Amino acid sequence: MFGFSRSQSIGFVIMLALIATSPFVLYPVFLMKVLCVALFACAFNLLIGYVGLMSFGHAAFYGMGGYLTAHAAKEWGLTPELSILVGGAVGAVLGLLFAWLAIRRQGLYFAMITLALAQMVYFFCLEAPFTGGENGIQQVPRGNLFGIIPLGSDMNMYWTVAGIFIIGFLLLHRVVYSPFGQVLKAIRENEPRAISLGYRTDDYKQIAFVLSATLAGIAGGTKALVFGIATLTDVNFTTSGDVVLITLLGGLGTIFGPVVGALVVVSMENYLAQFGSWVTVTQGAIFVVCVLLFRRGVIGELGGLLKLSL
Amino acid sequence: MTPTGPSDRSMPRRAVLGGMAAVPVLAQAARAQGRPIKIGVLTDMSGPYRDFGGRTSEVCAKLAAGEFAGKGFAVEVIAADHQNKPDVGAGIARQWFDRDGVDVIVDNPNSGVALAVSAVAREKNKIFLACGPATTDLTGPQCTPNTLHWSYDTYMLARSTGGATVKMGGDSWYFLTADYAFGQQLQKDTSAFVVGSGGKVLGASPYPFPGTTDFSSFLLSAQASRAKVLGLANAGTDTINSIKQAAEFGLTKTMQIAALLMVINDVHAIGQETAQGLIMTESFYWDLNERTRAWTRRVVALSPTNWPNMCHAGVYSSCLHYLKTVAQMGAAEAQASGAATVARMKSMPTEDDCFGAGSIRADGRTLFPAYLFEVKKPSESKSEWDLYKLQATTPADEAWRPLAQGGCPLIKA
Repeated sequence: MFGFSRSQSIGFVIMLALIATSPFVLYPVFLMKVLCVALFACAFNLLIGYVGLMSFGHAAFYGMGGYLTAHAAKEWGLTPELSILVGGAVGAVLGLLFAWLAIRRQGLYFAMITLALAQMVYFFCLEAPFTGGENGIQQVPRGNLFGIIPLGSDMNMYWTVAGIFIIGFLLLHRVVYSPFGQVLKAIRENEPRAISLGYRTDDYKQIAFVLSATLAGIAGGTKALVFGIATLTDVNFTTSGDVVLITLLGGLGTIFGPVVGALVVVSMENYLAQFGSWVTVTQGAIFVVCVLLFRRGVIGELGGLLKLSL
Repeated sequence: MTPTGPSDRSMPRRAVLGGMAAVPVLAQAARAQGRPIKIGVLTDMSGPYRDFGGRTSEVCAKLAAGEFAGKGFAVEVIAADHQNKPDVGAGIARQWFDRDGVDVIVDNPNSGVALAVSAVAREKNKIFLACGPATTDLTGPQCTPNTLHWSYDTYMLARSTGGATVKMGGDSWYFLTADYAFGQQLQKDTSAFVVGSGGKVLGASPYPFPGTTDFSSFLLSAQASRAKVLGLANAGTDTINSIKQAAEFGLTKTMQIAALLMVINDVHAIGQETAQGLIMTESFYWDLNERTRAWTRRVVALSPTNWPNMCHAGVYSSCLHYLKTVAQMGAAEAQASGAATVARMKSMPTEDDCFGAGSIRADGRTLFPAYLFEVKKPSESKSEWDLYKLQATTPADEAWRPLAQGGCPLIKA
């Protein structure tokens, strides 16, 4: 029903197995962060990988999703699932505004408009009273899922995050391999031709953008609950840059690429921390190697090698 | 998630981290005498605060640990880079507490990261000794029974630089303010002390933050105000840029520049030629007395290019005080409850080479004197790090925000 090819089904089963077993081996909080970042990257990949829209402002949806989820959970006392939906709704509204302006232009101009709008969101977060400035929103309660399951325990939280990730992942996959997704890919390949075939490409782009922004908001909101904080880091333009790198590293336009990219980048952030200043140097070196040696990203090259579409 | 037990040491994660093969070996050696006391130095090693905290903080924690060798419990020090990202910092803190058997986290420049770590320490009933962050929230609305705030905070900086400068004759002020919560707070606090000490504030230039690199128009309005003192209510690279540009404009000849958040490493980085005449507050300077000089020689032997500032001194002092408390309570008991250990730490007076005798208040604030320094002229310096002249001292009982004004929930209880 989700339009998986044979190789993709195998990949999906492997991914599910890893999600189910890894918290017994690796630290669950670390894995939750990987899943949140992976969902964010998958949402971003929908735009760049399948519509060919290069957004440099995705941190705005991710970060604002985080802020509003944190605010809803802490100040309004909403349950976690509702708080995360609030985050998603904020992403959707912002996405609608961004897309309305940005899709009027293409290529570099599109990227610059999204970047500029994201910077405006950043300044809003820096100044708005409810975001707590550079201290951020702290001590956000994880609460009880549906009012009954306490998420204070890391394992309960982990299964919740895993559930959100899998739903988001399946949704994106369904979209990409639907007739709607076919039109998106047609726009990516040749927009004038898609228009000449009678498609209102702007509408398609707008819907894809809003969808991507919504999922980015949900990812940001989930992350805010996992760590109990929402801070400026997530709305900063470096986060927009990170998600581009994650997607490139994993493989643009592949469904598993962003997940692998997120795993690699978050692991580096986490496990290289003890080596001090080497974190950034190592990250840089890995990106250079990636761009020079496997330009299609880890999954893209793997798929090319096995002649499979992953 | 329970604290690390022996079974955790054979986790397959270790196998994944093949390169860290040495860690289980160390852990095994220490297990012979009960679980070691583990100090985690969580700091900035690659970003703007790497000289403010960084490797020198780790060195200071190790110095303190070294003094407790052979006292019946083993002490280990590990360090990590929080990369100035609160989620990375909080993630490392959780992992340290849950899996790696860390009992106490120290340092932590960057208020956003520090508040996140403080919340984690409370949740896990461990200890957080904050030396790097500036925010008074740590001992105010967000204070916890598991956190102590060492070295400095924004209130004490404003109080010393604002109040003491007026008493020395700098009675009219103009502010250059980073226009966001931190800068505005610093300007507001400092203005209150300037006015309270009989001075007056002639104006302020708020500038957009972040992203402002050209301060010339703001500096010109400061010059036109004819104020005696230019207060820099900003931090980091903004402070450095504004000082450099003020020197280029010749502002330093007509006005005295007061940096509200700056340490000796920044002065060293800017260069004495540019920074001369600047005034600022720290709670520690290496050349204060014989004890600070002797202690600094020990640090500099291990960190020759980056001399210790008040943050580093705080890391040493707080670790030392913690380990004294552990020696008194016994390692097992101290590890059992972070809050109980912190309560014990508060009840004991502090005493060390860096700050001399001090005390810790119920809200977790350590009380030391605050020193107002002026940067020496190059001709007055005898050595590379001989940078400060002591101008005024605010005694410990006046320098810090009064307990009742903080709004710390622990105080009402």
